[in-house]
Amino acid sequence: MSNEVVLSVKNLSVVFHTPDGDVAAVSNVSFDLHSGETLGIVGESGSGKSVTASSIMRLNNSITATTTGSILISGVDILTADESEVRRIRGSEVAMIFQDPLSALNPYYTVGKQIAEAYLVHHPQVSKTDARAVTLEMLKKVGIPNPEKRIDEFPHQFSGGMRQRIVIAIALINNPKVLIADEPTTALDVTVQAQILDLMKDLQAEFNMAIVLITHDLGVIAEAAKEVLVMYGGRVVEQSTVDALFSEPTHPYAWGLLGAVNSLSSSGRGALATIAGSPPSLIALPRGCSFNPRCTFASEICRSEVPVLRTVGTQGSVAACHLPDNEILTIGREVASR
Amino acid sequence: MSTDIALQAIDLVKHFATGSTGILGRATNIVQAVDGVSFSLPKGKTLGIVGESGCGKSTLARLVTRLIEPSSGSVVLDGVDITKLSGKALREMRRKLQIIFQDPYSSLNPRHSIGQIIGDPMRIQGIVSRTNEKAEVQDLMQRVGLNPEHYNRYPHEFSGGQRQRIGIARALSLQPSVIVADEPVSALDVSIQAQILNLLENLQKDLGLSFVFIAHDLSVVRHIADQVAVMYLGRIVEVGDAATVYSNPAHPYTKALLSAVPVANPSMRGSGKRIRLVGDVPSPIDPPSGCRFRTRCWKATNLCSSVEPPLQADGAGRVVACHFPEETPVSVG
Amino acid sequence: MFLFIVRRVFFAVVLLLAVSFFTYMLFAMLPSDPAALTCGKNCKPDVIAANRIRLGYDKSLMEQYWLFLKGIFAGRDYGTGAAAFSCGAPSLGYSFGQHECVTTLIAQTFPVTAYLSIGAFILWMFIGISTGAIAALNKGKWQDRAASIFTSIGVSLPTFYIGLLVLFSVVIWLRILPFPSYESPFDNFPVFLRTMILPWLVLAVLSAASYTRLTRNGMLEAMNEDFVRLGVAKGLTRRIILRRYVMRQALVPIVTIAGLDFAGLLGGAIITESVFSLPGMGKMSIRAVVESDLPVLVGTTMVAAVFIVLANVLVDIAYGYLDPRVRVK
Repeated sequence: MSNEVVLSVKNLSVVFHTPDGDVAAVSNVSFDLHSGETLGIVGESGSGKSVTASSIMRLNNSITATTTGSILISGVDILTADESEVRRIRGSEVAMIFQDPLSALNPYYTVGKQIAEAYLVHHPQVSKTDARAVTLEMLKKVGIPNPEKRIDEFPHQFSGGMRQRIVIAIALINNPKVLIADEPTTALDVTVQAQILDLMKDLQAEFNMAIVLITHDLGVIAEAAKEVLVMYGGRVVEQSTVDALFSEPTHPYAWGLLGAVNSLSSSGRGALATIAGSPPSLIALPRGCSFNPRCTFASEICRSEVPVLRTVGTQGSVAACHLPDNEILTIGREVASR
Repeated sequence: MSTDIALQAIDLVKHFATGSTGILGRATNIVQAVDGVSFSLPKGKTLGIVGESGCGKSTLARLVTRLIEPSSGSVVLDGVDITKLSGKALREMRRKLQIIFQDPYSSLNPRHSIGQIIGDPMRIQGIVSRTNEKAEVQDLMQRVGLNPEHYNRYPHEFSGGQRQRIGIARALSLQPSVIVADEPVSALDVSIQAQILNLLENLQKDLGLSFVFIAHDLSVVRHIADQVAVMYLGRIVEVGDAATVYSNPAHPYTKALLSAVPVANPSMRGSGKRIRLVGDVPSPIDPPSGCRFRTRCWKATNLCSSVEPPLQADGAGRVVACHFPEETPVSVG
Repeated sequence: MFLFIVRRVFFAVVLLLAVSFFTYMLFAMLPSDPAALTCGKNCKPDVIAANRIRLGYDKSLMEQYWLFLKGIFAGRDYGTGAAAFSCGAPSLGYSFGQHECVTTLIAQTFPVTAYLSIGAFILWMFIGISTGAIAALNKGKWQDRAASIFTSIGVSLPTFYIGLLVLFSVVIWLRILPFPSYESPFDNFPVFLRTMILPWLVLAVLSAASYTRLTRNGMLEAMNEDFVRLGVAKGLTRRIILRRYVMRQALVPIVTIAGLDFAGLLGGAIITESVFSLPGMGKMSIRAVVESDLPVLVGTTMVAAVFIVLANVLVDIAYGYLDPRVRVK
């Protein structure tokens, strides 16, 4: 199976222009994604993970937001390509699934029509009857029982998990190279979440597509991703493989996150590990490292200089932290073993 | 009745009518949101209630706080049946039984300052006089981890976690004995969830509060609850002390629920212990006959579709409603 | 769906009965003697007494109401002998002011109101939705600001003021059009058009303002919906997204409100008709108020009520067709 780079993001920055001033929602995000692999982006609210996702589809409003950098898909830079080129790429090369499958589906049309529509727009020569056959096939693939009947039903007649399957069917109908999944299981029940994650894994293997999986849930990351970006305050603070993140995390924010999750899932009572304070407001990001007000290791330099990403440790992890390497590795391994 | 019981629910039933048709709009569909739920919460303890959407846990929260009236059954608070109270006794009951909501954004009046939000109920219920209201409110703000100097600020000036702290302070302001928390941390970021859970536990220790803690997130409940009740389609299918339910679940649904939680540990990936339930929760309008879980259960037999298993103690001291309870412990990390 | 419609119609009939009862009682309790108003100031007492008996005002209120109701379905006879006359079903009473059956009067005036309403309605929906759409598509630009000025003016200026202003400037000052004098479109179509164009425009432009705002906000709201984002993510063209995703959503509440507004207009555009001297139901109602012509008032109120109740039913049914979430449960 080929392992080409299908998505290459370089120095992506997004600035929103709001009445209260400019907001740097995403700063200098770069990553490469290979076919058949899953990149997880994890972070809290306001970390910039969802804005990164919508930038890849060029869904940000061009008036209220300025997007810079480059996003290469099949050799085309999404950010500078003209509108018709972007339209051709959307849906056929990159597709997207959303957090809330109910609001993501058009309530006024049957699910069959919405799936077929996504197919027909990229296959204009295909007849409606043939498109319907392709749609039925896709409905079977995503595990909708009784598809011949359900193809003519409306979104509100489906359960949450079934709706997410429909959205996945829409996304995969054109066999895209990249699937952007923005919190695809957050709105679902835990037993349904497991089904959807399984389905995504199966379809990924079948179509050899790359997935960008955006989530706040480290459990979902551990389950489904191979590489991870940890985002905080619009910046990437750690980039590593999933195994490295859980065995040798290299950023204090990742330590805090991991500590909170681990102490939650441990059976013991007693105080939970937390990260003090709240996520920063993007409109007034702290000077220096944006994590410094919540960081127990912060020193003078953290309050004045933004740390740059550098390789730390033996597993190829990249972190943006002013702490010396050996200190990072000692604390990181200690946190992971707790 | 034992005086060690803070709150007791006895055979609570709530049926909603939906989908009216016919000339006079007679209801034809009955949603059996809560269908015969009983539990008792010892003083100073926490009862966790878990289940997926549509299991009736939120309806149960509203029933026990009497925000809605039950179709039948009763709720006993400190030995008094509160389902029949009215007037002054009802107000006193409302003081003693407070609720914390999921959404810290919509449950606070945006036009009231924090001082008003926390202070007004205290004054109205006659707990403080106007003169020392401010001091009392600031005391409470300190207690829940808010800066007392923010007394005059408005909800929109706070972050999600801080707003949930305001909600907790408001609930505490009436010196309740029981707090019903309906998904209190679901809307919060992971790092903030832990803060709020720690706060609730400390408050319980300091003030001797009893909690009913409702959540869909099993790990959150596991941490805070002494007792856990698992709900499915309006019924409790298993109840027991938290450690036992988590380490040795008796009901297949509990077991499936636990194994579905993604574990934040990549080495556990694909370990093959996963139980994958098929399909979705059936509609509470027309629940399956017999055991309600049977349509998704890998152990179901003819017995399960004809006879509803009663909620009863099995040999191992677990209370479960299943004809074929689980034997072996399941490892969940 | 069928049961739904049957139930709605059933309740509509009950509602209309209630409206008729309260309208009748309300007007009947006014402190004027209807019989005394049947002939001029120098009326002899015996004539008044005779008219009272002839028109049924001697009976108790409940009996009068019953006769009124019965008249709607069976027609009604007044008086006996040579002076007798009758109003055929559906009879809404007899106007002593105009010496004519109310139903006949309404039949004469309603077409004028209907022409006015239909023309204005088509114009205002067109103006309102297109300006709203232009404003939404150019949010923040000069088109949007212009539309917002237009809506502020349209919403805040009263019809009689704009009506008189237009009448004065176009007819009296600029003399572009002759003074309006109504003729039926079947008798003299050019005169009809010349007469109606100003009232249509005035009514349409003023009513369009709120539709501009509705369309603009509805579209902007729809554009923020996740399903519109998914539509973009599918690679659909802007035109398809606007038509199938944005407009579809924005039009649902507009249809609801438009139906009710149109029905309200059919009950008589009182001010517009008066300003432009159109012999419609609105103008007749005004005259009836001035003359305390109670039967006419009760009649026009009933007609207006029927339209509003009917529109409510139709809007509910239309809603079911427009929004599958209402249709298929």
